[in-house]
Amino acid sequence: VNPDLASERQTASFSVEKLTAWLDGGAEQTRLRRAVVEAIERDPVFSRENQYFQSQNERYEAAVRKAVHLQKKMHEMRWSHEGPESKYIYRAVAGDIAFLLHRVFMRSISVLGSEEQIAKWIPLASQYQLIGSYAQTELGHGTYLQGLETTAVFDVTTQEFILNTPKISAMKWWPGDMGRSATHTVVFAQLYVHGKCYGIHPFIVQIRSLQDHSLCPGIIAGDIGPKMNFEHIDNGYLMLQNVRVPRENMLNKFCEVQPDGTYVRRGSQKINYFTMTSVRISLISGEALTPLMKACTIAIRYSAVRRQSKLKPGEQEAKILDYQTQQEKLLPQLAAAYAFHFIDDYLQELFDRGYREIQRKNFDTLPELHALSSGFKAMVTQYCTSGVEICLRACGGHGYSLLSGLPSLYTKIIASCIYEGENTILLLQTARFLVKSFMAASTGQSVPPSVTYLAAAKPRNCPAKNKLDFLNPAIYTEAYQHMAVRLISSTAAKLQDLIQSGVKKHDAWNRCTVQLAQAAKAHCHYITVKNFAETVEKLESKAGIQKIMKHLCDLFALHGIFSNTGALLHDGYISGAQMDMVTASYLDLLAIIRKDAVPLVDAFDFTDKSLNSALGCYDGQVYQRLYEWAQKSPTNKQISPAYEKYLKPLLHNTLSKL
Amino acid sequence: EALVLNDPDFQHEDLNFLSRSQRYEQAIRKSSLMVMKLREYGIADPEEIYWFKSFVHRGRPEPLDLHLGMFLPTLLTQATPEQQDRFFMPAWNLEIIGTYAQTEMGHGTHLRGLETTATYDPATQEFILNSPTVTSIKWWPGGLGKTSNHAIVLAQLYTQGQCKGLHAFIVPIRQLGTHEPLPGITVGDIGPKFGYDEMDNGYLKMDNFRIPRENMLMKYAQVEPDGTYVKPLSDKLTYGTMVFIRSLIVGDSARSLSRACTIAIRYSAVRHQSELKPGEPEPQILDYQTQQYKLFPLLATAYAFHFVGAYIKDTYHRISGDINEGDLSELPELHALTAGLKAFTSWTANAGIEECRMACGGHGYSRCSGIPDIYVTFTPSCTYEGENTVMMLQTARFLVKSYTQVSSGQQVTGMVSYLNDLSRQRIQPQHVAARTVTVRINDPVSLVEAYKARAARLVEAAAKNLQAELNHRKSKEDAWNRTSVDLVRASEAHCHYVIVKLFTAKLSEVSNAAVRAVLTELCLLYALYGISKNTGDFLQAGILTDAQITQVNQRVKELLAIIRRNAVALVDSFDFHDLHLGSVLGRYDGNVYENMFEWAKKSPLNKTEVHESFHKHLKPMQAKL
Repeated sequence: VNPDLASERQTASFSVEKLTAWLDGGAEQTRLRRAVVEAIERDPVFSRENQYFQSQNERYEAAVRKAVHLQKKMHEMRWSHEGPESKYIYRAVAGDIAFLLHRVFMRSISVLGSEEQIAKWIPLASQYQLIGSYAQTELGHGTYLQGLETTAVFDVTTQEFILNTPKISAMKWWPGDMGRSATHTVVFAQLYVHGKCYGIHPFIVQIRSLQDHSLCPGIIAGDIGPKMNFEHIDNGYLMLQNVRVPRENMLNKFCEVQPDGTYVRRGSQKINYFTMTSVRISLISGEALTPLMKACTIAIRYSAVRRQSKLKPGEQEAKILDYQTQQEKLLPQLAAAYAFHFIDDYLQELFDRGYREIQRKNFDTLPELHALSSGFKAMVTQYCTSGVEICLRACGGHGYSLLSGLPSLYTKIIASCIYEGENTILLLQTARFLVKSFMAASTGQSVPPSVTYLAAAKPRNCPAKNKLDFLNPAIYTEAYQHMAVRLISSTAAKLQDLIQSGVKKHDAWNRCTVQLAQAAKAHCHYITVKNFAETVEKLESKAGIQKIMKHLCDLFALHGIFSNTGALLHDGYISGAQMDMVTASYLDLLAIIRKDAVPLVDAFDFTDKSLNSALGCYDGQVYQRLYEWAQKSPTNKQISPAYEKYLKPLLHNTLSKL
Repeated sequence: EALVLNDPDFQHEDLNFLSRSQRYEQAIRKSSLMVMKLREYGIADPEEIYWFKSFVHRGRPEPLDLHLGMFLPTLLTQATPEQQDRFFMPAWNLEIIGTYAQTEMGHGTHLRGLETTATYDPATQEFILNSPTVTSIKWWPGGLGKTSNHAIVLAQLYTQGQCKGLHAFIVPIRQLGTHEPLPGITVGDIGPKFGYDEMDNGYLKMDNFRIPRENMLMKYAQVEPDGTYVKPLSDKLTYGTMVFIRSLIVGDSARSLSRACTIAIRYSAVRHQSELKPGEPEPQILDYQTQQYKLFPLLATAYAFHFVGAYIKDTYHRISGDINEGDLSELPELHALTAGLKAFTSWTANAGIEECRMACGGHGYSRCSGIPDIYVTFTPSCTYEGENTVMMLQTARFLVKSYTQVSSGQQVTGMVSYLNDLSRQRIQPQHVAARTVTVRINDPVSLVEAYKARAARLVEAAAKNLQAELNHRKSKEDAWNRTSVDLVRASEAHCHYVIVKLFTAKLSEVSNAAVRAVLTELCLLYALYGISKNTGDFLQAGILTDAQITQVNQRVKELLAIIRRNAVALVDSFDFHDLHLGSVLGRYDGNVYENMFEWAKKSPLNKTEVHESFHKHLKPMQAKL
């Protein structure tokens, strides 16, 4: 181990192993996770060492190979998709695997299909006799589902649906696994019966032959071309020309077209929201939080190894982690990673409780759950994305090398701001719930627990008297609460004013959307701070963990105030003098957390293979690894073809040609 | 431009579908052709070469960048006449292709830390070059990996047993003729990066590699045959080159952001989504306030940066006349200012390009949008030619120095002259309070004053905090480090002020009334948006009241609606050719969807109807399960 990293670990104020176990939810979980990761990483098929050198075609092929191999592996190890290992498998393969949409295909059939449909399709899918995808988004239409243009017209005479892509903007575009792999897909289309439109419904459509994988008649499908990342996934397009599927292929748990064309609706549509909610909550941990934790690990370890310039004349060049500006870039990201880990726990718990209620046919918790999952999906993905980019840029030039691992973490996480609901739109959904709750609360009606604070009476000023007061969770949590209430109430009031002055409702809404999005963010920020503080409080003071978590909580909270001072200065809740105290406390915390920075990322417990980074490896042998890895680049394996073809003539004949 | 874009020799397949090796090969092909055509057309003016190059490579890096941009100019400025005779013509004719090898694996911005050594051996009159550690391997220089056969290497000079600091040496690295690395030289490509696929950034390791004494660039410092070292006269001159390159980056920030804005705004006029009014067709997404709020401030920023870039270039040209006559008095301020503006504009543009991409929803993420490519090509400028945080701290050093001068009773001039007012305010403490009511939020000139007051306050606060740390008996360096977050904020505020000031000043130069009107709207939006994003600074300093902040926020939204009408025209004015833009979403004709389909059909994964992995993996699996 590089002595620069070893020294960081010797001074840890807490037990890394204990913190890891706590983050995992117990030592037993840690053991299980490590076993799964170990089993996968030992298997050469899952190696990602050459990933950065591969072309799109090669990466796609590797992903398919891994997906196929994983089936074998799971069988061998007796892991099941429902078992406790499953959540660690995805972490271990780092998402670099095909057929993820196959799971979505199966889930949508399980949720939206009837008993007979489930009995027919699920066994085929679990045996991989077919490969599924999920085709919702179109070239011209995304988040707004009602705008989709694909049509499914019921033909009573043949008892079939006829699916069509009426124009180019209606082409299905983006679905994963669909460009090259899938044989079947769930297509969302506008249902027409006897000339009447019944809105969007799901249909199972076969797109490729089960024998030779060629496209079925009436199907045009292919890969949508290179993207910023996800090169291993064949995101596809799909055009349907008079494609006929039997009546039984419409997923009909909630709606059915009977043989004579009668349209029957049964049960609640609300359950659809529940699926979206569950997807949004589940992606927070795997798609947003894990990349941020990895990026922090890489950037912080590297910052302890990299030395640059001198802090004191005559001494060795300083570790860049000792520069205040470097700490101010990285440590708030580290604190955020912890904050969001706890908010993920909070949301999971809320979700599980909601799920139990829904199974008892009680849908009361749905609006709150939906609002929270939307808002947090937006806030966390946005925060983590910018956090990963900060980590990338904090690694100087080497951060831009793919071998640092950071560019691919970044290009992957940025997609999370768009998929499963574009973030701005999601924030506005949360805002709609907040405004509604605020109105209800101000007229004395009862509101869901997460928004009861909107009704409580508030002090007008922050009571802090010195900089230490700002390390009191009660003080800063209240400040966040105040900020959220102010933004929500003032926006609600403005909305009211506009409507009362005769502006149409939708127009008024559009004119307030910038503020509404800010209000939604403030609400989520408040909940995150509050939840972090409560989590810290519940911790026992064992092994120094509580102490360091308290520091991180303080840092997360004060960073938010420091970066958005205006929001609290605006109505004088915090005075200018108090703001200077916030800054002072905030900067003090950087120096304190600096001491434990490396142990805090070690506790995330990523293996070197899963980081796949020359800069972030546990032993800190950064430069050696960078040099050896670069030599493996295909560009170094052969004499460059460009030399013979272009450089040589240029070098030897230019004079005669000129 | 048309000359290049219509030349069939420069046409090629869409780069998005090519592998890294293929992209490098295309770039080399075009560079070779370009050099020949430049000579054919007799183009020799640096400015013209720059434009020609940018059209050939459509704003992308290319393997000869360092040869043309660093190797040749360095020969011109640092080589003796005899050295120029030996190297310049072969280099001009590309028998010698060179690069500039400064950065090492373990060392970047802090030049004194470089470890490569050049030890003089008087017996043979040679320098012995060595890379003593892994961290001393030269790493990153463009064109070093595969293209160049020479490099200008920066190394610590040792002669007569003493280290004389960094000097530049011309080092042959590959055999002329076979292009094989020379004995003692290990050279190669550093592997794939975030963008820059067409550039062979390289590494270079030297083991007791000997070069003749005459290969040290000796226009300034010299080593005589017996090993005696002769010192150079002045080292301030190198400032000039840095200022020049940083001014190019400011211009590049403006251009890259303009391209991203062009794509995002045109696409937002073509894309329809959801509903604003119940029952009506889906509106253009450009009609949503949130979309306008994402894009129009960036549009205004792109315009602002254009004017800043032009200003620095003009100032540089004006001052370089003085420099040649030995007058270096204006150089320190310009150097400090360009460092900060380089950082400020590249950070802002970097974030702005990403914002534009996200504003294009899912399709922005596809390479066909062109924005990913703009981003990866641009984003390294936050790091190269001086890491941005380090740049901000250089500006801060100048600001603190100026502040100290003012405190000791001296007057300062130039962009920092507002600091002079601080001493006056101390005599009349009511001054700051009086200013509150004087800010008129619809008057750019008045907003310049507001930004000026903010900069003054933050510079003063940082300087005072620095003093406080020093009073705690901290060492100078420690105190500086403990204040650096404040110092960066002060620099940012200073740069922000300079930009608002330059934008505002530009307005009076516009003669066409309609153009002036629309530029005034953009200028107001730029200034007010900046306030609304930094309200805390303005509130805490008492420059604006709560009520004024509310007005500012309101006014920003009104301006969005006003600028909406001209948004597409404002990006059309940037006048990017479709080929240069390289974007399906940003096409001038707006035929987005049909062209996305055409583009996707060319994807490498679509080369065969059934992908080979079906036969290799899928089919066997289905058979087995």
